[in-house]
Amino acid sequence: MSEPALSLSGLNKRFGAVVAADNLELEVAAGEIHALIGPNGAGKTTLIAQISGELAPDSGRIRFLGRDITGLAVHERSRAGLGRTYQITSVFKDFNVLNNVILAVMARKGQGFGFVRPARSDPTLRDPAMEILRQMGLEARARDKAGALSHGEQRQLELALALALKPKLLMLDEPMAGMGPEDGQNMVEFLQGLKGDCAMLLVEHDMDAVFALADTISVLDYGRLIASGPPETIRTDEAVRRAYLGTD
Amino acid sequence: MRRRIFPLIGLAVFMMLPPLATWIGEPYLVSTFTRIVIFAIAAVTLDLLIGFGGMVSFGHAAFFGLGAYVSGIIAHHAAEQITLFGLPATDQALIIWPLAILVSAAAALVIGFLSLRTSGVHFIMITLAFAQMLYFLFVSMEKYGGDDGLMMLERNPLPGLDMSDDWSFYYLCLGLLAVVLFILGRLINARFGMVLRSIKQSGPRARSLGISSLAYRLTAFCIAGAGAGLAGALMANHNGFVSPALLHWTLSGDILIMVVLGGIGTLYGPVLGAVIFLALEEFLPLAFEGAGLPGFKEHWRVVFGPLLIVIVLFAKSGLYGFLLGKEAADV
Amino acid sequence: MLLFFEQLLNGVQLGVFLFLLAAGLTLIFGIMGVINLAHGSLYMAGAFASALALRLSGSFTLALIAAPLAAGLVGLAMEVIVIRRLYARDHLDQVLATFGLILFFNEIAAISFGRQPLFMNIPPALNSTVELLPGAPYPVYRLLIIIAGLLVAGLLYVLISRSRAGSLIRAGSTDQEMLSALGINVKMLFALVFAFGAMLAGFAGGLAGPLLSVEIGMGENILILTFVVIVIGGIGSIRGAFAGALLVGIADTLGRAFLPGLLKLMLPPAEADGIAAGLASMAIYILMAGILIWRPAGLFPPQGRSGA
Repeated sequence: MSEPALSLSGLNKRFGAVVAADNLELEVAAGEIHALIGPNGAGKTTLIAQISGELAPDSGRIRFLGRDITGLAVHERSRAGLGRTYQITSVFKDFNVLNNVILAVMARKGQGFGFVRPARSDPTLRDPAMEILRQMGLEARARDKAGALSHGEQRQLELALALALKPKLLMLDEPMAGMGPEDGQNMVEFLQGLKGDCAMLLVEHDMDAVFALADTISVLDYGRLIASGPPETIRTDEAVRRAYLGTD
Repeated sequence: MRRRIFPLIGLAVFMMLPPLATWIGEPYLVSTFTRIVIFAIAAVTLDLLIGFGGMVSFGHAAFFGLGAYVSGIIAHHAAEQITLFGLPATDQALIIWPLAILVSAAAALVIGFLSLRTSGVHFIMITLAFAQMLYFLFVSMEKYGGDDGLMMLERNPLPGLDMSDDWSFYYLCLGLLAVVLFILGRLINARFGMVLRSIKQSGPRARSLGISSLAYRLTAFCIAGAGAGLAGALMANHNGFVSPALLHWTLSGDILIMVVLGGIGTLYGPVLGAVIFLALEEFLPLAFEGAGLPGFKEHWRVVFGPLLIVIVLFAKSGLYGFLLGKEAADV
Repeated sequence: MLLFFEQLLNGVQLGVFLFLLAAGLTLIFGIMGVINLAHGSLYMAGAFASALALRLSGSFTLALIAAPLAAGLVGLAMEVIVIRRLYARDHLDQVLATFGLILFFNEIAAISFGRQPLFMNIPPALNSTVELLPGAPYPVYRLLIIIAGLLVAGLLYVLISRSRAGSLIRAGSTDQEMLSALGINVKMLFALVFAFGAMLAGFAGGLAGPLLSVEIGMGENILILTFVVIVIGGIGSIRGAFAGALLVGIADTLGRAFLPGLLKLMLPPAEADGIAAGLASMAIYILMAGILIWRPAGLFPPQGRSGA
């Protein structure tokens, strides 16, 4: 058994009376798609924020590829190979699509301190960026302002930014949110195609997508992990049915 | 491509201003033009912070005044033949001006490091407060004239140029403005500028891509401080005089207004802003006189204040944005 | 020791002034999210109004009533004409527009009263001293300012934490839509809060008249000190404003009073004077820098909905 990509141990986080993480233990194996589900307010987005470093847990440790990253800043975790997308689309709206990805490629290479040569015509940035846009099917929109893209395209660009980092673990916060059935299906297929390149931690409300994609599913309720296992076990789990699927 | 043409037209106009002033029989205007060019340097560097870095600094005059005082103090020591920190002082521009730039950049490093721990309103208030701290520091320095300031006997000599000639000094300042604009233009489109602009749009997103926003913002803060230091050194030479007024917070406000008048987030806009601001300062008093209200001549700000409010409320893109339309913004 | 006691009281008195300004400014920022550079102009308006009232009526009581009233009216007009258009704008717009207001008010004051400072005398009834400690006489007027300021602070605390108006104010800072849904006129509430902040500033201006000269630009110097207070205390927190104001008032006063003497113990007198003057003028900013390193959000960062 190889080392897990991510392991959380004894993670706690409260906001006043609200418990967002209650002594959480979780492991994401290398290369797997690990889905995180649970009712609204279960603490899924908060958990992603803690893993990415935007929120500090009250206690507990976060290990990434065998290294303790609990004390690292957001950008340091990203440099270590942790990529993420946001639930609310967060692309650079004033840049064009290509420049968005160029920025991410530049960030991955750690080459932001260039003061003279224009960045957007530099082939060492531009070619890999175009390659990613081709993968995402966004190349035709390369010259358009990101703010002018449709919602679905912005979701794709959001993912393109994360992919440009070549992450070892990709955290996806509701990648299908607000997408129509067709775009959603495309996204599922695309994520399937990525399988094996990197581990994924997927938060998603679309259960069809979750069961189609996930190798492992963990269920959160009020910050507690109430079940974790392969999709078929989760589908029949009593506690999960009661807390979550039953209300569907 | 209006974007290409405007700067060239602008340069041509600036080149022709001194002969034009002589031709219309108002040669003293060269001094006003020099002021415009010097303030333009300060304004374009402030726009690097506000328009490209999203850092609303209300303390830019601190670095401007610091650069001026470095020139003034070293020249003072040279004139009085007193050593400075054990070193013999000089009046050579080639030594003094780079020193002014360095000192301002160093001050920006310290002030920026502290101020950038915060953002938003905190940042505005803190940059304002630190600038005012330097203001009071110079007010309390009796050794260098305190409130009254410090006279400079002559401009810092530069080999191959007659600095006492107002035309030469004007063209020198204009050349330096062009250099600063060239450097900033490269910078904004280079990797550094892209990262800086991305942080302005969304700091959290940039950080999630692995970008350390503090490092980039602090570097930009130092570069802007250095540019303001150069402008300050030039202003000291232009006035032949330095005083705490050059660090006063209202001057920070003035430079900020120039940026907004011209157009935030554009490279050349602030130059236009400096032109408008100083032209208003020059001509609003005359307008009062012309309107038969000579008593209001010194009170031109009573009109300028509300004018500024109207501009902020209704014409945010600035004159440069107005002239260039969509082309003003970078993609 | 007695001198120290006296300077300490002077520091508290400066702190009380700063609190009156900082309370209004932080309330306005906390609730409406607007940064108002022209808050100092309201302080100036109060000072000029009280000077004028004193000259016309000869009554210091009337002068002290005129100050907050005038500043409140000016503040109300300011809110209706300019400030309410800035609530939805970014901080840069707010800074610029209120900077424009400062330019306007300073020139209006110059046109109306001239550029020469006006001097107000301390009313004879208050122009005496009391012995708080044996051998340490302290001016009655300054003591009165301290008491008045502390009273206002207490009143504010009760108002915001106990009253219905206070709970509306606290709600306004977080949930405007809910307030509208309850049928409360948010526009009116904001205007009143702004005018209230203006009255506090005007009151401070009226009190300051006899101690400082009433002149153009008096508002800006104290405004920047007020910013330091707010940054130290935590923006939006009345409690922070109070703590920050006292801290800044005392640090500034004690620094100016005792640094020269302290430095003379270590350095030759000529140098000590120069360095002490510089250090004393920088003391509160150094204090601010220290607090920023230690706690970037200030001493009492407001949490959630508690505005007080």
